[in-house]
Amino acid sequence: MEITKIIFWFLTALALVAAIGVISSKNPIYSVLWLIVVFFAISGHYVLMNAQFLAIVNIIVYAGAIMVLFLFVVMLMNLNADAEPIKNVYMKMAGVISGLTLMIVFVAALSASEQHSTIIRPGTSVGLIENLGRALFNKYVVPFEISSVLFLSAMVGAVVIGKKDPIKRINE
Amino acid sequence: MLIHTTFLVLDGAVLIEKLILIVLVITGSLVVAMYSTYAERKVAAFMQDRIGPDRAGPFGILQPLADGVKLFFKEEIVPTFSSKFLFILGPCLAMLTAMMVGAVIPWGDTIHVFGRNVSLQIADINIGILYIFGVVSLGVYGIMIGGWASNNKFSLLGAMRAASQIISYELAMGISIIALLMFTGTLSLNEMVNQQKDHWWNIFRQPLGFLIFLVCAFAETNRTPFDLPEAENELIGGYHSEYSSMKLGFYLFSEYINMFLSSAVMVTLFFGGYDIPFVNDAHLGQSIGVNWLALIEGAVLFAKICCFIFLFMWVRWTVPRFRYDQLMNLGWKVLLPLSLLNMLVTGALILLKQNHWHF
Repeated sequence: MEITKIIFWFLTALALVAAIGVISSKNPIYSVLWLIVVFFAISGHYVLMNAQFLAIVNIIVYAGAIMVLFLFVVMLMNLNADAEPIKNVYMKMAGVISGLTLMIVFVAALSASEQHSTIIRPGTSVGLIENLGRALFNKYVVPFEISSVLFLSAMVGAVVIGKKDPIKRINE
Repeated sequence: MLIHTTFLVLDGAVLIEKLILIVLVITGSLVVAMYSTYAERKVAAFMQDRIGPDRAGPFGILQPLADGVKLFFKEEIVPTFSSKFLFILGPCLAMLTAMMVGAVIPWGDTIHVFGRNVSLQIADINIGILYIFGVVSLGVYGIMIGGWASNNKFSLLGAMRAASQIISYELAMGISIIALLMFTGTLSLNEMVNQQKDHWWNIFRQPLGFLIFLVCAFAETNRTPFDLPEAENELIGGYHSEYSSMKLGFYLFSEYINMFLSSAVMVTLFFGGYDIPFVNDAHLGQSIGVNWLALIEGAVLFAKICCFIFLFMWVRWTVPRFRYDQLMNLGWKVLLPLSLLNMLVTGALILLKQNHWHF
C-alpha cells in the first residue's frame, strides 16, 4: 500500500473509534477529549487532500477554542455518573427514533449519490490559503460578508445576554 | 469514493535528514530549557543581590542536572480519587505541545552536506504562523486536564484561570499576527525571514504589533506578571499543586521550553530570524561557504533568543503579579482594541501605498 493510503485508513479508523468513544464514555470529560481526537483525525484528512488552511483552522477553532470552552463548562459542572439525573423513558425513545431517522436520511443520501472517482493530483493547490482567499473575496464575497455580519450580531447578542442588569445591581 | 494518489513522496534520505533534525531540535530545546532554569536562578540572584546556586560544579553549572536527578528520585504520589490516566496525560500533553512549535522555525539557511542541500527547518509548511497559533491554542489542554484530574479545588481553579487567560490573550495575539502578515503577504516563516534579510526587520514596521505580541506571549507562557494559574499565595501551587516528582518537573520544564520557543517565534517574526544584522548574508556566504554561514546564522539566532529569554526573566523578577480583573481588563479592553486599531492602520497604509499615496 502506498503511504497515503495507509495514513488515510489510519485516520479513518481513528476518527471512527474516537467518535464511538464520544458517545460511549460514561464521563463527559472523556467524551470531550474523544471529540478532540475526532477533530484531529478530520484535520489529518484535510491535510491529505492538501487543504492545509482548512486543516489548521479546524484545529485552531474547534480543538483550540470551542473544545476548551466545552471542557471548561463540563469541568465546572463536575458531572459524573452519580449526579446524572434519571432520564424519562419517552425521552430515550424519542432520542433513538430521531437518531435512526437521521441515519436513514444519511444512508438514503449516500446511496443515491453517484460514485465519483475524483482523483486528487499531486500538484493540487485548491485548498491552499492563497487560492482560498481569492475565491472567498472574489466569487463568494457576498455570502462571506453576510456570514461575518451574522457572526458580529451573534457576538453582540452574547455580550448583551452576558451583561449584568444594572438596575438589579443597584438594588443589591 | 475518493482515491488519493500519492503526493507524499517520501525519499529515504529526506526521512533520515528530517529525523536527525528533529532529534537535534528536541535535544536543543531540552538543553536550553534545562539551562534556563539555572539562568533564571542566577538572574534572580543578581537582581536580589545574592550569589545564586554555586555548589554543584564550577559556578553551579551542574545545578540543573542535580535538580533533574532530585526530581527523578522523589516519591511519586497520585491522588486517590483522581483519574490516573488523565493525571499522567496532563504533563505529557504539556510537554508535547511545548515541543511542537520547534518544527516550523527556520533555525538557519540551507547547508550543503554529502552533496545534498539540507534545509535547517523541519517543516517549511506554507501555513507556518497558523500552525504555531494552533499549537499555542492546544497548549492549554495539558494544564486543564492536569488541573481537573488532580481532584483538588485549587488545582481546578488554577486550570480554569489558565484556560480563560489563554483564550483571552489568543485573540489579541491572532489579530496582531494578521496585521503582520498583511504586508508580508506570506504565512511561511522561512519566506518571512528571507524578506527581512534584505529589508528592514519587521519590528520597525510593526512596533505596536510586536508589543502586543510580546505581552500576549508572556500571558500564553504563564510567566509573571501573568502567572495567575499558579499564584502560590492564592492557589497553593495552582494547577500543579498535586503533582510531585518528575511529573511536576515536566510542568515546570514545559514552561521553560515554551519560553525558549516563543522567544524563537518572536525573533523569527519580528527580529529577522537568523539574519545577521548589518551584514549582507548572501555576500558573506559566497566568501566563507554556506556551511559556515549557516553556523554563524544559527549562533546569531541563538544570541537573539537568549536576549529574549533574559527579558522574560528580567520581567519576572521586577514586575509584580496582576490581579485577576486587571489581567482580564488588559486583555479585552486594552490589547484587543489596540490590535484591531493596529490592523486597521496597517490595512489603510497598504491600500494607500497601492494607490501611490493618493486618497
